Amino acid sequence: MLDTAASPADSAPGATWTRKDLLDTDTLTRAEIDLVLETARGMREVRSRPVSKVSTLRGVTVATLFYEQSTRTRASFEVAAKALGADVVNLTASGSSVEKGETLIDTVRTLEAIGADIIVMRHSRSGAPYLAARHTAASIVNGGDGTHAHPTQALLDLYTMVERLGSLEGRKVVIVGDVLHSRVARSNAWTLLRYGADVVFCGPATLLPRSFVPSVDGRACSISTDLDSAIEGADVVMALRMQKERQQRGLIPSIREYIANYQINAARLARARQGALLMHPGPMNEGIEVSPDVAHGAQSLVEEQVANGVAVRMALLYLIAARSRT
Amino acid sequence: MERILIRGGRVLDPSRSLDMTADVLVADGVVAEIREGINPAGARIIEAADCVVAPGFVDLHAHLREPGYEQKGTVRTETTAALRGGFTTVCAMPNTRPAPDCGPVLESIRDIYAREALVRVLPIGCITRGREGKELAELAELAAGGVVAFSDDGSPVADPRLMRNALALAGALGLPVSEHCDSPEMHAGGAMNEGAVSERLGLSGQPSAAEAAAIARNIELAAATGGRLHIAHVTTERGVELVAEARRRGLPVTCEVTPSHLFLTEDAVAGTGDEPAYDTSAKINPPLRTETDRRALLAALNAGLIDAIATDHAPHAIEEKLVEFEAAAFGISCFESAVSTLLTLVYRGELRLERMVEALTTAPVRCFGLAQRVPGIGTLEPGVARDVVVLDPRTATIVDPERWASKGKNTPLAGRELKGVVRAVIFEGTLAWEREAAHV
Repeated sequence: MLDTAASPADSAPGATWTRKDLLDTDTLTRAEIDLVLETARGMREVRSRPVSKVSTLRGVTVATLFYEQSTRTRASFEVAAKALGADVVNLTASGSSVEKGETLIDTVRTLEAIGADIIVMRHSRSGAPYLAARHTAASIVNGGDGTHAHPTQALLDLYTMVERLGSLEGRKVVIVGDVLHSRVARSNAWTLLRYGADVVFCGPATLLPRSFVPSVDGRACSISTDLDSAIEGADVVMALRMQKERQQRGLIPSIREYIANYQINAARLARARQGALLMHPGPMNEGIEVSPDVAHGAQSLVEEQVANGVAVRMALLYLIAARSRT
Repeated sequence: MERILIRGGRVLDPSRSLDMTADVLVADGVVAEIREGINPAGARIIEAADCVVAPGFVDLHAHLREPGYEQKGTVRTETTAALRGGFTTVCAMPNTRPAPDCGPVLESIRDIYAREALVRVLPIGCITRGREGKELAELAELAAGGVVAFSDDGSPVADPRLMRNALALAGALGLPVSEHCDSPEMHAGGAMNEGAVSERLGLSGQPSAAEAAAIARNIELAAATGGRLHIAHVTTERGVELVAEARRRGLPVTCEVTPSHLFLTEDAVAGTGDEPAYDTSAKINPPLRTETDRRALLAALNAGLIDAIATDHAPHAIEEKLVEFEAAAFGISCFESAVSTLLTLVYRGELRLERMVEALTTAPVRCFGLAQRVPGIGTLEPGVARDVVVLDPRTATIVDPERWASKGKNTPLAGRELKGVVRAVIFEGTLAWEREAAHV
């Protein structure tokens, strides 16, 4: 067991982790999410010690397999794995056999044969971790797949919000920007709805879903193209990264117009509830989706998100490695 | 020559509005007689009580892969699959390498058919050189070489002026243009239907408007030129409405639908489990659509507005499907499941049996005007008909692509129980395939 005071079994009675893989947040139960957050609290405590490492996962090999560039997610997983005493192998698509045409299935099987117990994977194609998970006995942790899901980001965001706000029941969370192409928005919606929050997707009509929004127990996300009214009374405002190529693809007239209508700045944030929290999954385009003063202002949780990310990923790696195989 | 008696089946020949319980005698290479109580000496007997006896099926749209893509299928493997599926005449799409865009290439491909095919294969020629959509193919030379239609297959002709000229020239040659109606410029190469499932799964989508807009454009071009337009695999409710309007205007527009689009919806991509399956075997172009679309297709097929059922049989090598969804090849292998799929729809009361048989026989013959070219196909007319299929609608079967003759095992139906099988197939007057009892 984990050598911290907060043992997950004590604090979340009844809940156990049985999943081999973490692919998205959509099928996670409230009890499973509670368990992740509770375990993460213990991990934060470990991180706050003078020697912030334990040897719980000694002998466990975690491979990071990144087909898409990432600094914080990959580094966060690596730090998390090492903080638990795991061995870490890092692979990127460039400079590996992937460039020589190796298929995803062959790559994950090779990693499994090398001895990887957990493969943290990022891929530009939606659903890729699902394919990998079906073809390896190793655990797959989705570190972001295409425009589909980013479950560890959603769980660290949820952790950060719960730490700040306590219960999320009835809290208003406005997610702003390119929701349609955002794996962060979708995965966040599932966990937030399960915690009783009111979730609003806000952005230009071309960057919002038209036929599908996440819903849990009959409660669905709402949709708005008008940020100034959507942001009113918000407890949390989450700005999404705006990719400049959306303009080239004709999805928005210009970045300038996007800024005018959707940038989170001091004036807009003032329309939210007083002291509302500003979040961003990073990396930020300061001056585009968020103004620099707000990005680094008192309401910004951006750095806290990153710090919490390590604890939440430690929790997930721990739960998956120690899962009960029923 | 062997004499075959198919005894006591329900004989359905929509070409002559025939629907009766009778015996069918095949002798001297043709259907010799259809009546009750035939008692020939020394004939091989096929007991067909509870079975349906129909003309051999005619498929307007299939991919045989040879030459060029033999890892997916060969003329021999895929025509074996066609035969077992009840298809005795198959129109082969020109997406081979090389593609039949001129006489000599067509001739070399027809040589392969003559040597390897186990059923009648009729070639479809390219609309444009190399199917690149830039310059017209040698249409008259291809017509002289025996093509039954023109198509660039999965590459819609984007340039409206080129399409207009193709329809005019093909029309003058008396041949239809079979067009995959899509507006790729409207989407970013969508991997599935654009809608609730694509948004849930984070996959790029093809909006149904992309099909409807292309159908509307091509209907106008057919009207402007007098050319004959055949709309390949219509998939949307709106597409069907546009065809209905063209019919009311009296335009020479025909269309086909695939068993896959009649049986499945976009939900097949997500699968039935809690977690999305990203099932690449359900990736097909045009994509599986919504339940509303599927019902509209069935209604239009039952009403005769959709003329024909065509398989769009598209075998792929396994490694082309065992990849990330958006990287996977489009297409479903379905020669050997098509009839079971359709008979299941009949069993469920969603499709009329008479219409199903018509849409696989006399209707496709009409669409491509095949009757003059190949007398006796799509009919049981004594003295001329040479192909007969015997269907057993009562026998259940579990789809097992590992037992298929086709090289393509790519089907989203693997493991599904379907109702109805092909019992026997007579091709060119001889018993070419019979399902053994052990196979059941």
